[in-house]
Amino acid sequence: MTELNLVQAINRTLRDAMRDDPNVLLLGEDIGVNGGVFRATEGLFQEFGADRVIDTPLSETGIVGAAIGMALYGLKPVAEIQFLDFIYPAFDQIVSELAKFRYRSGGQYPAHVVIRSPYGGGIKGGLYHSQSTEAYFCHTAGIKVVVPSTPADARGLLLSAIDDEDPVLFLEPKRIYRSLTGEVPDGAARVPFGRARIVREGSDVSLFAYGAMVPPTAEAAERLARDGVSAEVIDLRSLVPLDEAAVIASVEKTGRAVIVHEAARFCGFGAELAALLAEKALYSLKAPIARVTGFDTPFPYALENVYLPNADRIARAARSAVRAS
Amino acid sequence: MVEPGTPSTASPVSGKTTYPETGLLEAYRLMVLARAADERCLMLQRQGRIGFYAPLMGQEAAQVGASHALTPEDWIFPAYRELAVALARGVPLRAIFDQLLGNAEDEIKGRQMPNHFGFRRQNFVVASSPIGTQITQAVGAAMAAQRRKDSIVTIAFFGDGATSSNDFHAGLNFAGVYRCPSIFFCQNNQWALSMPRKRQTRSATLAEKATAYGIPGVLVDGNDLHAVYAAVREARARAVSGGGPTMIEAEVYRFGPHSTSDDPKRYRTDEELSAAKERDPIGRLKGELVATGKWTEEADRKLWEEVRATVSRTFEAAEKASPLDPRSIFDDVFADLTPRLAEERAEYDARTREGGLPS
Repeated sequence: MTELNLVQAINRTLRDAMRDDPNVLLLGEDIGVNGGVFRATEGLFQEFGADRVIDTPLSETGIVGAAIGMALYGLKPVAEIQFLDFIYPAFDQIVSELAKFRYRSGGQYPAHVVIRSPYGGGIKGGLYHSQSTEAYFCHTAGIKVVVPSTPADARGLLLSAIDDEDPVLFLEPKRIYRSLTGEVPDGAARVPFGRARIVREGSDVSLFAYGAMVPPTAEAAERLARDGVSAEVIDLRSLVPLDEAAVIASVEKTGRAVIVHEAARFCGFGAELAALLAEKALYSLKAPIARVTGFDTPFPYALENVYLPNADRIARAARSAVRAS
Repeated sequence: MVEPGTPSTASPVSGKTTYPETGLLEAYRLMVLARAADERCLMLQRQGRIGFYAPLMGQEAAQVGASHALTPEDWIFPAYRELAVALARGVPLRAIFDQLLGNAEDEIKGRQMPNHFGFRRQNFVVASSPIGTQITQAVGAAMAAQRRKDSIVTIAFFGDGATSSNDFHAGLNFAGVYRCPSIFFCQNNQWALSMPRKRQTRSATLAEKATAYGIPGVLVDGNDLHAVYAAVREARARAVSGGGPTMIEAEVYRFGPHSTSDDPKRYRTDEELSAAKERDPIGRLKGELVATGKWTEEADRKLWEEVRATVSRTFEAAEKASPLDPRSIFDDVFADLTPRLAEERAEYDARTREGGLPS
């Protein structure tokens, strides 16, 4: 075990994966000599050289298209998209190509690519360095989407992503890259996809969150406890595949659900969770499902703290749910 | 040959590489086979026996010449008009027809429209419909080969329209930067659906676009099997010796519609088409073979007869293959069924068990 913050855990995990398997290589903008704008790849160029830590021209479609070709050929590329906000030039490669290669070839050409990308607000990044648009990708069949919220999960999920035979979008909550540290296993402690983590057990209300929304959700649970409300906090960790059993089991126990994400509400990932609960846990519900999310506005610069869900909003939604029945 | 950074337009190939004598008749046979299959498929679509078809007629020399200049270990990244490339690669006609029909024998399991086939055994990567996306992928595969020190090239096939796409720019730019063993083979068939070549770009040639990326751009007559073969052969030799990528523009003409959903009479004249057909690559090669005493009119008549019979027989056999298992719809989304897909399949199974129609 080593005490690391989240971005250090990612750096250490990339290093270990590259030491273990010569097929693993990295490509992206400013990831080599410069070590990445968030330093996620610091020191890797020096250790593995330009052939395995590839600084690319400024083209996201080039990065993902090339990564696909490498994967088809048998390498295990881990591509970095500098900010999730800049992934759209590669949207065609991800949605039309990467996610469909196995299917459209009848299983002849699996394309195993990991795309890492920092996402989310809280760093004063304005419109184009803050968005949380995981739902676009979750909607597409053929690509897995995972989001760690702790240094240990960052390592465990990234190891699983690199091992996985399918394409994986690995979203990194940049707001908490350095704000918390935790014990990280040194070995290959993989976190399997499709398994949510119970952050805190509770019996009155279930709070669902992922990524950078887990800390404020846990804080809300703490405040609720002081008021005598027992909140269960579930960190989804893996959006595709989703641990539907864990979501349903929690609501069957508590009868109330509050869904938290920083993305806009309309057609956000929370809509899928709410639909799942309506389809499979309706008779357990004692109160309407609540969503605490970003507003249906573009992501603002000066007013980002107004936009982002915080512990206060989450706790209020939970109290309303408890009061409703 | 244009050297990197040289501000010149495309130049012809050296002329030193010639088509192997023993391969000429085989190349001709393949071109005739592709043409006969093409004509038949257009008819089959009109008869409702296949759903869609994108013909290649007019592009046979470009496709067969390029394919024959490669080795079986080289990787092909096709667009959706590369039937003759697949045939020249050794893909059986039956396998192509199975794909057009989407039957149980189809190697891509009925997942895509006709023409979007892929054959792993022949290093023929599966095609897609978005334009140009295979170009960056071909570059990535070449970068992988470069890292593994494999003596192979990757070749991306695309059309004139694709030179306007994002991935054309990104792909040639990456290839120039990394000097990877890639060949960019543009079949300029003059029409991107209804858009003529002149309105696609102000560039005088497409090949000259390569110059800006610091890679050689070569313009060849795509109706000349020898010229295409020589250009690809030389590009391949340069790539495997570490000399980096090449772009080749093969000038051809799309005799047919963009696809069976298109009527080219809306945007081009019969006169233009007739003029283009004067340069038919099949007629041209036949003329050469007859003039050099390698072929006769009688042999030609027999070849067409045989080939047309083979095409009919092969298609009719493919039509008799079993239909796909409807449950296979859930396979290959991921390596393993996710719980959600397993649930959807179980719902499907329950409905069919209860007597619901399978589709």
